[in-house]
Amino acid sequence: MSPVIVDARRLLCPMPVIRVQNRVKELPPGTRVEAICTDPGALSDIPAWCRINGHKLIETRTEGNEYIIVVEVGEES
Amino acid sequence: MTRQRKAVALISGGLDSLLAAKVIQQQGIHVEGINFFTGFCVEGHTHAIRQKDRSRVKRNNALWVAEQLGIKLHIVDIVEEYKDIVLNPKHGYGANLNPCLDCKIFMVKKAHEWIAENGFDFIITGEVVGQRPMSQRKDTMPVVARESGAEDRLVRPLSGRNLPATLPEREGWISRDQLYGFNGRSRKPQMALAEQFGLEDYAQPAGGCCFLTDAQYAVKLADLWQARGEKQYEMDDIMLLKVGRHLRLRPHFKVIISREEGEGNFLQGYRKQYVSLLTTSHAGPLALLDGTVDDDDIALAARLVARFSQGKQAERVELTVTALDGSQQQLSVKPLTAEEIPQEWYI
Repeated sequence: MSPVIVDARRLLCPMPVIRVQNRVKELPPGTRVEAICTDPGALSDIPAWCRINGHKLIETRTEGNEYIIVVEVGEES
Repeated sequence: MTRQRKAVALISGGLDSLLAAKVIQQQGIHVEGINFFTGFCVEGHTHAIRQKDRSRVKRNNALWVAEQLGIKLHIVDIVEEYKDIVLNPKHGYGANLNPCLDCKIFMVKKAHEWIAENGFDFIITGEVVGQRPMSQRKDTMPVVARESGAEDRLVRPLSGRNLPATLPEREGWISRDQLYGFNGRSRKPQMALAEQFGLEDYAQPAGGCCFLTDAQYAVKLADLWQARGEKQYEMDDIMLLKVGRHLRLRPHFKVIISREEGEGNFLQGYRKQYVSLLTTSHAGPLALLDGTVDDDDIALAARLVARFSQGKQAERVELTVTALDGSQQQLSVKPLTAEEIPQEWYI
């Protein structure tokens, strides 16, 4: 199943985290969310947010000026 | 069986809220964190924008604190609702445009609503009596509890012994003996407690974590309100005030000039909302014109921008002007001299 896309381009920390957090709240466990960000801070903030809130970080990658963070919704979202 | 009591801690990312949450956590209370994003938060933005800051280790301190405590953190976007606090603070401003008391009341009120919605029992803040001149005084701390509606469900573990007993103390959910009696502006008690808890590497934001306490930022915000003839702002406005040099050349327009590559890249994102100028014959900054401008205004702004380019000593500097509809024209101007830039232009 293709991931749910969260477009957080041009948003600065902590807005990308907030966008992901608010989208994840609406999704069932196991769903994958792909956040597309331009603030490099998202590369550390979204994984930290996953760790403390029980979600699984699948991957982070850089594509040009964009940073892609893929998250899997945890059981207790 | 006794019900597991739950508290939400206001987490700013600084030391006091970290310690306050830890003190309550150690009493067996389930603690989660809440962090409010007002748009004026210092941390993050300037790091993200300025190229030179990117070499520093970047972290969101509220997330870091939550991770140290092993608690969940709920980050809440209050940008829109917060405008009324900034524009119409019932208790007034502090030294700059900081509505600290109204801000604290508002955040505790939001936390109070949150605990009601989420089945939590009380609220924790890192407030210390006498720590801050406006919001953390002996006479204003009861105002926060009262006007937020939190009343005795608001616990300040670092100063608890200096304050009346709260509901969690009276009900025996937490022990007053294990709270602290910190008082005044000294940071030594907090640092000693941090050491006792084995905490290192915590953030120590000087003067707080809010741009509204920054004198230079407050001047720019006041200028924006004056130029527009009304106290109002949008998210883009408050973001742009954090970036670049701001020079008001005429009452009806100002120029925002990037200071380095990272700021230039950031300002690029606003080229559809503002007339922009970019030097082409010489390396130079990207500039945005904020206000309704005519050809004379653009020509004057172009001469100013040329002054901030590598061609400041050149006879002529070429620039591209991009209008709001995306159409472009080329300009060739003589850079202003240093003497031709009045100090009053700088905001």
